[in-house]
Amino acid sequence: MPNSLNRRDLLLSATIAAGSAALPATSPQARTITGEVPWTPGDANRPDIAAGGDYQFLTADEVAFLDAAVARLIPADDLGPGAKEAGVTFFLDRQLGGPFGSAQSWYMQGPWDDGEETQGYQSRMTPAQMYRAAIKAIDAYCRQAFGDRAFSALSTDEQDKVLTGLEKGDIKLENVKAAAFFDMFLQNVVEGFFSDPIYGGNRDMAGWKLIGFPGARYDYRPYVSKHNQKLALEPVSLRGRAGWEPSKS
Amino acid sequence: MAKKLPSVDVVLVGFGWTGAIMGNELTDAGLKVVAIERGSWRDTSTDFAVTFAQDELRYYFRHALFEEPARETLTFRNNGEQTALPMRKLGSFLPGTGVGGAGIHWNGMTFRFLQSDFLARSHNIERYGAGVMPDTMTVQDWGVTYEELEPYYDKFEYLCGISGKAGNLNGRKIDGGNPFEGPRSRDYPNPPLEQVYGPTLFAQATKELGYHPFPGPAANMSRAYTNPLGMTLGPCTYCGFCEKYGCGNYSKSSPQTTVIPVLMRKDNFELRTESEVLKVNLDSSGKRATGVTYVDAQGQEFEQPAEMVILCAYILHNVHTMLVSGIGAPYDPRTGQGVIGKNYAYQITSSVNVFYDDKIMNPFIGAGTMGMLIDDFNGDNFDHAGKGFIGGGYIACWNTGGRPIETHPVPDGTPKWGAKWKRAVAQSYLRTTSVATHGAVMSHRGNYLDLDPTYRDVYGRPLMRMTFDFTDNELKMSQYLTDRATDIARAMQPREIRVNARKGHYSIVPYQTTHNTGGTIMGTDPKTSAINRYLQSWDVSNLFLMGAGAFPQNPGYNPTGTVGALTYWAADAIRNQYLKNPGPLVQA
Repeated sequence: MPNSLNRRDLLLSATIAAGSAALPATSPQARTITGEVPWTPGDANRPDIAAGGDYQFLTADEVAFLDAAVARLIPADDLGPGAKEAGVTFFLDRQLGGPFGSAQSWYMQGPWDDGEETQGYQSRMTPAQMYRAAIKAIDAYCRQAFGDRAFSALSTDEQDKVLTGLEKGDIKLENVKAAAFFDMFLQNVVEGFFSDPIYGGNRDMAGWKLIGFPGARYDYRPYVSKHNQKLALEPVSLRGRAGWEPSKS
Repeated sequence: MAKKLPSVDVVLVGFGWTGAIMGNELTDAGLKVVAIERGSWRDTSTDFAVTFAQDELRYYFRHALFEEPARETLTFRNNGEQTALPMRKLGSFLPGTGVGGAGIHWNGMTFRFLQSDFLARSHNIERYGAGVMPDTMTVQDWGVTYEELEPYYDKFEYLCGISGKAGNLNGRKIDGGNPFEGPRSRDYPNPPLEQVYGPTLFAQATKELGYHPFPGPAANMSRAYTNPLGMTLGPCTYCGFCEKYGCGNYSKSSPQTTVIPVLMRKDNFELRTESEVLKVNLDSSGKRATGVTYVDAQGQEFEQPAEMVILCAYILHNVHTMLVSGIGAPYDPRTGQGVIGKNYAYQITSSVNVFYDDKIMNPFIGAGTMGMLIDDFNGDNFDHAGKGFIGGGYIACWNTGGRPIETHPVPDGTPKWGAKWKRAVAQSYLRTTSVATHGAVMSHRGNYLDLDPTYRDVYGRPLMRMTFDFTDNELKMSQYLTDRATDIARAMQPREIRVNARKGHYSIVPYQTTHNTGGTIMGTDPKTSAINRYLQSWDVSNLFLMGAGAFPQNPGYNPTGTVGALTYWAADAIRNQYLKNPGPLVQA
């Protein structure tokens, strides 16, 4: 099983089966606790790590688009790997196929209105739906504007021009607000580049090595008073730490 | 049909800081107490152990510890002319959910408000004249003074083991502490945290400018500590994952690390999790609460009768509960009448990034309240004559932890992506610090909370509607603070700075602070406040409301210290006055 269920997931599925489908539960069952501090040895509310190597959500066309686009947002250069090399496309695949992609925790009831910018995200699309629609629309735009070539077939200069047009909202896409998609996409790419490698991006901790972030350490006491010194601490990931790592099967 | 349960002495709605403290105090008084919490049981070793607690994606960007808008949210608009729309995902503020509430994921900044903060209306009028506040500014005195709260601030600080440096011990000013603070009866329980380089440079620069830098009062332990309840906390390891994260190391005060294990072991206490209170029930007179109705995760409704009801949820939920229960007159901004939802306030923040070529900051070494700050421009610590605003805020150089998805500052003029962005991020990360301002928001007639006419939560209740914008007072004040922060940043002798001022309308999108206040404010008059000076409902005397909803306006500090003090203050009044003679503690 690529993502073995943890305790919360199991309880959650029981809750959904038993209760209201309207309840977007994060939750185990209601519980009454008295006279004790409950604790189960060995039980951990562990992260859901990105296992396996195959794409589960993205289509081949979407992978081609994302590989090309993330390589422009954070390119490989003399400083080190870029987003593509760091596995950000794979990270996006797992994120879009999971609770984030389905907007599981967001309020998605109508009525719908664009509102003011200060009122925030008002699209009725989930992130997964928005990526799917936007990539399709961007490739359609590119084919029309660049002689029947998809985004991934454009030169890097042409790709940058398209990305800039999306960022500024100069390119209009069918069914999707280009700037809204670009904002979410750029944020997710940064997440994939700098998040712990357990989520599939930041491969070999490339993002952390680039800037000098030592990762998931938890004790810097020996270094607090070392003012103005480059410490060159090797980064560490959560990967491989404990029993919550799913077994290979 | 709700299933009716046996009656208890006290039902607590919500089980974070205020619920845990109130539960412990009232069980000590011998009462049978039940707490009802919408989220799940959480403990350090299971839910935020050091083996996986330092996970920026999961905890901040995927909101693992925060409330879910899908289940409960609010609608928002800047003013009454707009149509409010749902906050579909979290942004500007991050309310907690689950046992421990937001006390799990806070930074631990534990301030006392200034003496003059509690007298915001009378003090400002006395010093500057009646014209200092426009008619639309609905600032009020609290009905309680700093001097009255001092023993309760002390109690909360010793519960938490706050690390800090006193600036005023019984009226004697102490070098290196905050000279503007009210007198303390004794020093902090623990010495200040160590500082990294950035705050040290800030302290030097502010001292040279004639200001009074002092270390942040931290609920992060500078050494091992055993609190008065016998709970032990370990020294902070400066891992840099406090705000938005649980502490895996028992080094940050939270309900879990300071109170809950003691409370849970008592026979006269019971906790029900995964249970959402839908409303407070009243008897036919409308003057007495009979208990609460709640629904559990399986959808079963229960009625829990109780002699006393105490709302201990986050302010937004306490106000919502009052509105949907029909307790107290809802506030009407057109007439200024009514009290529930009145004087909603927030905070106004800005920052200045400070970029060096030749200095290494190591921003990843941090703690929630590691940092140095000045209070020279907070409250009424400076002369406001002719400035066109009241209030102020602190200016700080915090080093809470350089978590890279959130923190990768780049100089002005850098593109948002591409090779130039990447180079700027790589060059700046270790060599940048920042100066932040944290400003008060005064209450205004048009800033309020009520029920939304259109949108509903999963239980079918109307969502609460927030109508809020920064007014001239806040924008002028924030610009003044930002200008001072800019001067300080320049005095830190960087290569360059980047000023991130707060301008224009309030937006619910970017994270600012989880310091929402008001809506069930305390005061001296039932016509202008929802609760009396003991946090007791004016309308229903066996109902008390904890939390920052009591703040008549929001001073320029983080609220938790005052929330804790007010909880102990109210618990004392319940134990020593109310229980002897149940009824209104203040005659209207």
